[in-house]
Amino acid sequence: MKHLSEYRDGAKALKLAAEIARICKGNWAIMEVCGGQTHSIIRNGIDQIVPQNIEMIHGPGCPVCVTPISVIDKALEIAARRNVLFCSFGDMLRVPGTTSDLYRIKGGGGDVRIVYSPLDAVKLARKHPTREVVFLAIGFETTAPANAMAVKIAQQQDIHNFSVLVSHVLVPPAIEAIMNSPGNRVQAFLAAGHVCSVMGFHQYHRLASQYSIPIVVTGFEPLDLLDGIRRAVVQLEAGQSHVENAFPRVVTEAGNEVAQATIDEVFETTDRAWRGIGVIPQSGWRLKPKYAEFDAERRFAVEDIAPEESNACRAGEVLRGALKPHQCEAFGKQCTPRTPLGATMVSSEGACAAYYNYGRFVHP
Amino acid sequence: MCLAVPGQIESLYADNDTPMGKVNFGGVVKEVCMVYLPEVQIGDYVIVHVGFAIHQIDEESAQATLESFAELGLLDDELEDLRVSGEDS
Repeated sequence: MKHLSEYRDGAKALKLAAEIARICKGNWAIMEVCGGQTHSIIRNGIDQIVPQNIEMIHGPGCPVCVTPISVIDKALEIAARRNVLFCSFGDMLRVPGTTSDLYRIKGGGGDVRIVYSPLDAVKLARKHPTREVVFLAIGFETTAPANAMAVKIAQQQDIHNFSVLVSHVLVPPAIEAIMNSPGNRVQAFLAAGHVCSVMGFHQYHRLASQYSIPIVVTGFEPLDLLDGIRRAVVQLEAGQSHVENAFPRVVTEAGNEVAQATIDEVFETTDRAWRGIGVIPQSGWRLKPKYAEFDAERRFAVEDIAPEESNACRAGEVLRGALKPHQCEAFGKQCTPRTPLGATMVSSEGACAAYYNYGRFVHP
Repeated sequence: MCLAVPGQIESLYADNDTPMGKVNFGGVVKEVCMVYLPEVQIGDYVIVHVGFAIHQIDEESAQATLESFAELGLLDDELEDLRVSGEDS
């Protein structure tokens, strides 16, 4: 399983699908948590080559999609201010807030810049000492080490015109919230490979045991995903529920411990709102008090912005796996990648965008 | 910004005491922070997410992932961000 041809070999994929069909006797619902995996599953039709009695449910694994509208509104409020140089990852610029988005703020004269790394924002702060440079720090556990280090470096280098608007979210509490939600149908999880490359997978053992669910750490290639599904089905058929690592070329049980130490130094866990889902207890990170100076919410006094979300968009149900994108009445009509109602259509890795781009208008 | 993209380390240096490196992503070279992988050397392949190397991988896995992302159309978005950020900063 080392060479490119093996990861994406069509014949091997069909063989693996046939093996899954051979072992699969029951009806199983399996959720992939990562947006990159959702994209790969739909793009490669993996959900269509596995047996019909396996349903792939798409989880809340896109950080752009789950960033709550309140954070977008806070970003818009800050970015519109004079003397602010607002930095964000590119895919956040089109995410709609209550009345606008970052592109419109930029079009209206706001200094909104796309950066690839939070360190680019720190550099801009060093380069423009008379301006306030603010970075929109979103993302799962994969992104948190970078954002934590940006804050640490700003402090070490006495850069005081830099701050971060933090909206970090964590995968394990989301899995727990899905398992506890009324009407939950998920019976196994494919855990996000890159999140686990940072955090390891030791924290999943408790979830697998407590909720009696198989959790398989999975990569992004078609064969990685099929192998993840196969391993999940083997466990489901045997009535087992443990954690398996199907992505050992990238993921270890312990993860990147240097990165984890920096996260622990800079961030502490907090309750966090997820777009369309609501507040999940202890599902996010915020800056520790000793880094409060770098908290953009405090610096710009936007803590109290708390808007209402529109009822027209059913992204919350899509993110919980309760609704498939094409089952939303607005899908492909009022809501398209050019005119998105919700973040799951904005982000290229959102489930709605994946369904739209690959023509899944009728059949799941 | 979801993706973690593999690339090859071309050089290693320090910037204000922060360990950095130049990493080649299939032709696009970008500055990457190496603070989370203190053991890496020039020529190694690493997975990079938002400007930080987070894991070392072997060359074959790196090439496989790069080609797969390119085929999925995911790499264009990531590399576009690389180019845009280079112009902006």
